Formats: sequence, structure tokens, C-alpha cells
Amino acid sequence: MTGSLTPRAQRILRTGIVVKVLVASFLSCGQFAAAQAKNSCLDYHSSLPEPLGVSADVFSQNIHAQKGLTCAACHGGDASSDDPEKAMSRAAGWKGKIERSQIPELCASCHADAELMKKYNPRLRVDQFQQYKTSVHGQRWAEGESKVAVCTDCHGVHELRAPSDPRSKVHPANIATTCSHCHAGAEYMKPYGIKTDQFANYQESVHHEAMVVRGDLSAPTCTTCHGNHGATPPGVANVTNVCSNCHVFQAQLFDASPHRAVFAAGGFPGCVTCHSNHGIKHPTDEMIGMGEKAFCVQCHTEGDEGAKKAVAMHDRLASLAAAIAASDDLLDHAERQGMEVSQAKLQQAQARDALLKARVAVHSFRDVDLKRDTDAGLAIARQTRAAGEQAMAEWKFRRVGLGISVLAIAVAVIGLGLYIRNIEAS
Amino acid sequence: MASMASSVRSWLDERFHLEDLKALAQKKTVPLHRYSYWYFLGGMTLFLFGVQVITGVLLLLYYRPGADEAFESVQLIMTQVQFGWLIRSIHSWSANLLVFMAFAHLFSVLFLKSYRKPRELTWVSGVFLLFLMLGFGFSGYLLPWNTLSYFATKVGTEIPAQIPIVGRPILLFLRGGEEITGSTLTRMFGLHIAILPAIATFLIVLHLGMIQWFGMSVPPGIEADWGATPNRRREIRFFPNFVLRELMAWYVALGLLGALAALFPWTLGVKADLFAPAPAGIKPEWYFLFMFQTLKLIPAKILGLDGEVLGIIAFGLVGAIALLLPFLDRGNSSSSRRWVAGMACLFLGYMVAMTVYGWVAK
Repeated sequence: MTGSLTPRAQRILRTGIVVKVLVASFLSCGQFAAAQAKNSCLDYHSSLPEPLGVSADVFSQNIHAQKGLTCAACHGGDASSDDPEKAMSRAAGWKGKIERSQIPELCASCHADAELMKKYNPRLRVDQFQQYKTSVHGQRWAEGESKVAVCTDCHGVHELRAPSDPRSKVHPANIATTCSHCHAGAEYMKPYGIKTDQFANYQESVHHEAMVVRGDLSAPTCTTCHGNHGATPPGVANVTNVCSNCHVFQAQLFDASPHRAVFAAGGFPGCVTCHSNHGIKHPTDEMIGMGEKAFCVQCHTEGDEGAKKAVAMHDRLASLAAAIAASDDLLDHAERQGMEVSQAKLQQAQARDALLKARVAVHSFRDVDLKRDTDAGLAIARQTRAAGEQAMAEWKFRRVGLGISVLAIAVAVIGLGLYIRNIEAS
Repeated sequence: MASMASSVRSWLDERFHLEDLKALAQKKTVPLHRYSYWYFLGGMTLFLFGVQVITGVLLLLYYRPGADEAFESVQLIMTQVQFGWLIRSIHSWSANLLVFMAFAHLFSVLFLKSYRKPRELTWVSGVFLLFLMLGFGFSGYLLPWNTLSYFATKVGTEIPAQIPIVGRPILLFLRGGEEITGSTLTRMFGLHIAILPAIATFLIVLHLGMIQWFGMSVPPGIEADWGATPNRRREIRFFPNFVLRELMAWYVALGLLGALAALFPWTLGVKADLFAPAPAGIKPEWYFLFMFQTLKLIPAKILGLDGEVLGIIAFGLVGAIALLLPFLDRGNSSSSRRWVAGMACLFLGYMVAMTVYGWVAK
């Protein structure tokens, strides 16, 4: 590159670099300066515009830079030399711009080396490249496909940050957005013939709400179900396995249910059949039964044995939910009247737990399992309702007592007044 | 039946000379003038204090001091104990009315200038009693061990800690340690049911004794008028006329307390969690609100000095002036009366305005 510059321009460039290095050595501070080896490339490229420009600020936040690596670690050359001829010498291994097709192997040259990686992070896995080669991305990359994702598409290049950094493109909260850069692009994905609504659906999902609204970083994002380096769409047979990583009880109950074999035979992916995949909404009790929003109607017809059970299960859930809501209303009303009902309100939490267990038990598709939990919840709801009714009865008793007391006091006051008037008159 | 009562009375009379006491009570009179109704405030305050003693003793039968038990025991009183809710609500409402009535009594005495010679010490004992009532309120507030009381006590004990030199020892004394813990609760309990009642009983006896000794004060204007035209002087007998009127007022107060307890039962809140963050917008009881709001609004630095410390010193000065008022205001002229009444009006206005501001402020 510098070969095209005039000798005068080269002298000015060298002088500029020397001055910058001197100034930097006086002014630099913090971790970056402490960890950085001499990096003459950065001194030069930080003064260039995009796409060749890399600012010192951006590079200082690069995890590799923080570990003491220089540009030469990826691009080759001699970053310790201030002489552009030497720094970008082919003899020193300078590679210039790295082609996309070279990126996975270049990254793997370090990240697949267990001995080398131990020096930096002994906990870091070194099988990313092996996994990548099993992924759809990696398989297409091996076939020479240039559009598929390589390491830098997800992790970034010069601004590459540790995944735990909230600004990282692969931080859990940012992963879906990162994947959407390709997978939500209708034009970009056209040649592959796959949908591009996953990100839009995910943004409407309960998982996105947990991750973004509630800030729960353990909530699922793309890589939770599809894997990261070995990214692949889970097949019909193993969808349940993917969901069961978190929804353990539901998966166990489903595996032991009669639906397991029927779904497999019909080619229905377990959980996804009722809950969908990317746009999973808050499950409701209306999903079971034979109502308009029920999924059972897709296979069962009105009056068949399965439909009857589905309706019975829906009714149990609905009756427990209604009983809890009625107790809640009554206890709230009693509390607003100033009655002390905190113990009953605490008990309501147990009724809610029973409802939650019943909703999980739905996945066994056995009415007897559901009945056990709903009966327990209904018994508690009856107790709390009784406590609320007792509180309201007590409230009425207080009102009556107040009325009688006020009357008695008024009579006493009037009597006293009359008596005083009487003795003062006499 | 009547003869039996008569024989009991004569039996007691032989030993305790009740007839002499009765004659004394009937001989005692109370001045009657257009400001006489202010005399009832003291009696009303005494009645409410009596209510506090009775309901407090009843609460003691079930209350258990201790960080692990206090909240649960109050919950038990509110839900399981027969009429426990009523006793606790009356205790809480009566405490508030008592403080209100004590302030009203103090200002009525001040505006009627009843603190003048020879009643200086009656006034001083009364001001001490008002401070004691505030102490009762502060120490009793923590006893239910709920979130509000916990954090209000935390904030409240931090305020005197700002005073140079003695601030930290005061904080440690009030808390029984660095933080609000079970030790603070038992300390406040001890103050509330033993130390403060003992001092209050002594002061009340002293206060009432001095009132009996000196009699009711007559406002200066009326006293001068009666001096000039003695036939305009009017009095009623203390017993039974004044006592029966006072009894009527007590009945009304009892009815009011019952109504407040039944219509607005004192809530229990949520048990104090020592590790939870303080709830937003936490405020002390209304009678501390004017001081709290002032300290909130006062600039951090005033002439290079800590604003909060200056605020605390200013309130301390106001308290000292109130305590020593009879010795500071020795004049008997109308200009002196107007000056004191003007300052008292100003301070009363400030208290009301800051209390309202503190109440509505976020």
C-alpha cells in the first residue's frame, strides 16, 4: 500500500507515526495501554476513513486487544515496526484484507488450539470450528457459499467484544438482533427458500418479553434452541428435547402421555404443534378444550373421547382460576375496607401454585393428574373465600357496633347536658 | 341497697374524711368567660392519655417485642384476639389525637397567656409533657415492626445523628447499635412502656397539682376587666358543673375514637424486611412532618455550614424558646402580648403549611 506513496509522503507518514507513538506513550492510560503491545498499524489506520479506518477507541474495546494482541495476530505483518514497508511486508506474513472464506479457519487457528487458549481463558471451549462445520452455515461455507455467516458476522471484527459485554453482538440480549441481520432480510434469504418472519415473531413472544422487558438473560433466544456455532434447525423428533432443557416437567409429562406416540406418527413436532416456535405467546387455559382458541380441535372432533377429556380439563382449570379470582376480589375488597386479611392473601399464593401445577399437569393429557392439583387449589380457594367472607361479616358487625355505640354515647351526652341544665337552673 | 351504700360511704368517710374532700371539690370554682371552652383541651388531653394507658396495657397482654415476633403478635391481635383490632386501632388513633390535642392545648395556653406568673413551672412541665408525647409517638411507631415503621425510624434516628459531637452517641443510644435491629425494637419498647410512662406520670401529677394549686388562669384582658368591675366576675363550680361538662367532651372524644377505629381501622402493613430497599416517598408521622419537610428543603450548605445541622439547631432553639417562654416574656403589656401571639401565629402557620406541603409532596 505504501509502495504507491512518494518518498516525501512516506517521510511525513513515518514522522507522523513516530509523533503519535510518542504522544500515545505519554498520554495513554488504563487497561488498554497496559495490555497493548506496540501496534503501529493502529496508529496509522486510526487516521484513515472507513473502511480502512479503525479508531483506537473501538479497538481498545476489542477483547483481543485487551488480551494484548495486535492487528498482526489476524492480519500478519510486523506491528512493532514503524516502517510501513516492514510492517506490511509479505515476508513478515502480512495478509492484508482477510477474505470471508478464510475467516473460520483463521479464527480456528487460535480458538481450536487448546494449549494456546488456556493462556487466555482456560474455560473457553475450543470446538467452535468443529461445531461450525456441522452447522448449516458451516456446511454451506464448506461448499464455497460466501453469503453464509462466518465468525465475524456474529462476533464483529475490530469491535469484537466478550459475549458477556452488554454491547457485544453475541450478548444474550443482542443475539436475536444479530441473527436477524441476515434471517429477517427477505431479499438476502430468498435463495435459501426459508421464512424471514422469525425475528418479528420472536419479538412478540413470551421469551422475548422475558429477555428484553424483564431482563432475564437466561430466557431463550435464537441460539438457545438452534445452537450457536453448530446452528441448525431442530428437527421434528428433537423439538421436545430442545424445549425440555428449560421446561423439564412439561416435557416429562408429555413424553409419558398418549400424545407422544400419536404426534410422532403424524409428524407433528411435540411442543411446537400447540405453542408454535418463534412467536410463543403466554399460554392460556383457552388453548385446551374445544373452544375457538383451543388447539385440540385441530385433531379432535366434538363428542369424541379426547374432546370430552379436553373439555373436562379446561373446565377444571377455568373453575380453579375463577375461584382464585373470586377470592382475590373478596379479599381485596375486605382489605380496602381496612380489614386485616394478609394471612388469607398469603394462602392465595398456594392456590395460585396449585393452578400453576395444574397447568403443567395438562401436558400429561390425563384428567386424573389435573384433578389432583385443581382439587388442592380449590380447597385452598374455598378457605380464603371463607376468610374473606368472615372479614366482611366482621366489617358489618363493626358497623352495627359503631352505630349502637354512637347512639349510646349520644344518649349519655344529651342526658349529661340536660342534667347540667337542671342543676344549674336549680 | 341504698343503706348498704350509705354504710360503705360512712365507713370510708370515717377513715378518709371523704366529706372534707367533697367540700373542697364543691368549693373549687372555674372562671367562666368567653374563652372558657379552651380549658377543656387540657382535660381532653388527659382523657386521651388515659385511653392510651388502658389500651396500651391491654395490648401488652399479647404483644411480643422482638424482630421475629413483633409483627406476628400485632397480626394476631388484629385477627385472632377478640376486639384486638378495636383496641389496637383506638390506641393508634388516640395516640394521634393525643399529640394533636397536646399541641392545641399548648397553643391555647400560649394565646391566652396562661404561662405568666405564677404559672411558669406549670407551662414548663406542660412543654416537657408535649415532648414526651412526641417521644411516645416515635418509640411506639416502630413496635409493629412493619416496613413503614422500620424505615421511618431509620430516617428519624439519622436526623439527630447530624448534630456535631453528640449526634453519633445519640444515634447509637436510640438504635442500640449501628443499624435498626431487634435491639432497637426492644429499646423502643422499653422506652414506650416503662421509661416514658414513669416520667410522664410524674410530670402529669406535677402539672395537675400545680393547676389545682394555682387554679385556672384568666386571660389578662378579662382579668383586668373583672378587676375594674368585680360584679362581672363569673364562675362555675368545679364539681359537678365543670367535671360534667368535661365528661360530655370525653364522651364525644370516645365516640370519635370508636368511629375512627371502626371506619378506618389502623392497618398493619408489610413486615419489615431489613434487606429490602426503602419504599419510595417514605414519610414520618404527621406531627414530625413539618420538621422532616424543612430538613428536606433546606439547602445542603448555608454560609459554608451544613444546612441540615443548622435546621436541627434551629428546631432545637424553637423548642428551647418554647420551654423558657415564661422567663423570656416577662412583660404584661398589650404590645408584649401581641408580639408573642404574632410569633406563635407565624410558627403555627409555618407548621401547618409545611405539614400540608410534606403531606402532598412526592
